[in-house]
Amino acid sequence: MRVAVAMSGGVDSSVAAALLVREGHSVIGVTMRLWDGQEEAGSLCCSVEAADDARRVCHQLGIPHYVLNLQPEFERYVIDYFVAEYLAGSTPNPCLECNRHIKFDVLWGRLAGAGVDYLATGHYVRLGCDGGRHTLRRALDRGKDQSYVLYTLTQEQMARLLCPLGDLTKEEVRGLAREWGLPVADKAESQDICFVPGGDYRDFLAGRVGNDAATGSPVRPGPFLDREGRVLGQHRGLPYYTVGQRRGLGIAWGERVYVTGLDPARNAVLVGPEEDIWGRLLVAAGLNFVSFPPPPGPAAALVQVRYRGVPSPATLWPDGSEELKMEFAAGQRSIAPGQAAVFYRDDYVWGGGRIKARIG
Amino acid sequence: MPGIYFDHSATTPVRPEVYEAMEPFLREHFGNPSSFHAFGRTARQALDEAREKVAQLINASPAEIVFTSGGTEAINTAITGVARSLASQGRHIITCAVEHHASLDTCRALAGEGFQVTVLPVDRHGRVDSGELREAITDGTILINIMHANNEVGTIMPVEEIGAMARERGIVFHCDAVQSAGKVPLDVNGLNVDLLSLSAHKFNGPKGAGALYVRKATPWQPLMHGGAQERARRAGTENVAGIVGLGRASELAGRDMAGEAARCRVLRDRLINGMLAGLEDVVLTGHPDKRLPMHASFCFAGVEGEAVLLGLDVKGIAASSGSACTSGAMDPSYVLMAMGLDTAVARGSMRFTLGMENTEAEIDYCLREIGPIVARLRSMSPLAGHC
Repeated sequence: MRVAVAMSGGVDSSVAAALLVREGHSVIGVTMRLWDGQEEAGSLCCSVEAADDARRVCHQLGIPHYVLNLQPEFERYVIDYFVAEYLAGSTPNPCLECNRHIKFDVLWGRLAGAGVDYLATGHYVRLGCDGGRHTLRRALDRGKDQSYVLYTLTQEQMARLLCPLGDLTKEEVRGLAREWGLPVADKAESQDICFVPGGDYRDFLAGRVGNDAATGSPVRPGPFLDREGRVLGQHRGLPYYTVGQRRGLGIAWGERVYVTGLDPARNAVLVGPEEDIWGRLLVAAGLNFVSFPPPPGPAAALVQVRYRGVPSPATLWPDGSEELKMEFAAGQRSIAPGQAAVFYRDDYVWGGGRIKARIG
Repeated sequence: MPGIYFDHSATTPVRPEVYEAMEPFLREHFGNPSSFHAFGRTARQALDEAREKVAQLINASPAEIVFTSGGTEAINTAITGVARSLASQGRHIITCAVEHHASLDTCRALAGEGFQVTVLPVDRHGRVDSGELREAITDGTILINIMHANNEVGTIMPVEEIGAMARERGIVFHCDAVQSAGKVPLDVNGLNVDLLSLSAHKFNGPKGAGALYVRKATPWQPLMHGGAQERARRAGTENVAGIVGLGRASELAGRDMAGEAARCRVLRDRLINGMLAGLEDVVLTGHPDKRLPMHASFCFAGVEGEAVLLGLDVKGIAASSGSACTSGAMDPSYVLMAMGLDTAVARGSMRFTLGMENTEAEIDYCLREIGPIVARLRSMSPLAGHC
């Protein structure tokens, strides 16, 4: 069968490609050009060097390599979303949107003419089948597990997806890369958001929308408000703050003060004592159910509210609507609207949704 | 039927006769043409012969031919050389929106040195209007820079009219003929061009060799300094083997031109007609008849050019789309944008450029394969596996 491997030039997708070639498939490598970051240093993903590395690996594997320009789509589905979410006082996860729209939709569409049967990625997850349903399970290497950012996968997408690294540890993957002499075997991990090299998303936002209210930037100073609505000072603009933040507020108060929420309607940063950043109840929207169908009634699950967060016991409260309430057994710190709440049954992704609000 | 090459506007295979002509100059005839001794003389003689052959291809005299490393150097030299040489008389340059980047970027660099550049628009076929060009001429105009045929859409410009106008107004005219040389007849006197650029690898010669024609008494200055080679017009030891290849390729192209153009035209029309008849929502881009005989370009509505390319490449067919960036990815074509196509349509652009080795069977194979590729891309139907 013909498999296209989405290659970032990193060790994971390179080993994924090598494994598939060794299994005897007809493999092609594709690298997505997502943003115009050629001049900028410091980012490992999506740059020209990334494409060059992927090309070197493909050359060594004896498979064709293509660079596809998905820049307009990335701009629309990922960057515009990222900016809009921050301006709306939310905390976006751009990798998730990139997976959902770019990798598993736009990229697939681009490959359709080539008669590709499967798309493969270097994600650390385990795909399977159970009772006529495609399942998504955490990687064997829990430290590398990426199931959180794949909760939007549909059954149709999973039917044509291969993730050959799910049963391997990162060390094993590096070991294979070295054993096979892949030129990227010792390449560093990518960490930053790929289109924000250097890692400060606030600078990136300022570059996109400005940070001067006088010139019409939506990022403008406003009040810090406490629980009672008292003004405690002036903030620099909503995108500079996230729920749970303590440092850099510049507020003198009797006790430690934390960001408890962002209110775009009033352009206010809500602050309070530490107890106010803990919550037990959230509501999520934009749901997708992955390994199992929606629960008919209240159901126990493990819920994770950020990428590297700890899965915590909770009850799902379906109410027949398009939204889902999740109630934790114990308080959770810093539940941030805009992040994903992904619920698991054991280590299977049951489903997930975008956190709309913390409601208790 | 793998390995079908329809990308001759990008580059062409070296003809065996060209390779054979070059080989001795990569082996025993290694002399430096500037040397006094017999080794040098052999190389020098080869350059002289090549110069005659290139001159003959474009009806120039050998002394008017300056060898360069290729089309880009020739174009850079022509534009920059004329502009700097005439800067005291005027600082206005006229070019057009669909020129190759070698021209546009050079003009942009000169704009940074204080030259004024008028970039003329083109019509929906990619042609510059000579009336508009006449309007754009000012007392300060020192250079008109218009290509002979466009690389992306194959449209042939009204070069003869422009040349006559330039001559009448006493303005220097450079023509980028990289896509046309060796493929269609070029007569520097009939066209009234003062400078003309060409490149060997576009007509079955080697990469790394090109030429700039400079009419006698044309005011210009060299770009490369550091030696008296090419009568002090282009410093640096000559690429002897490459130039020999350029000469031989010119000779062969001139000899075979009429027959080859006619043969390609038949194949091209078979491709165009087959494409327009066999697929829905396909348009031919560029001029319907004022185009290079080996050039067919299209836009497929609702698909990405690079996705079609990928599908074709998997089937062993090499074509192209838009212009390639450093990473090999495609940008929406500025040429098609200048012709007034909207971005969405321009993203579905494809170029098929034919050459000597192409056959009717290859055209038919391509026509058979491309339909399902485009259909799959348009339906985006996933080939879902079963669980």
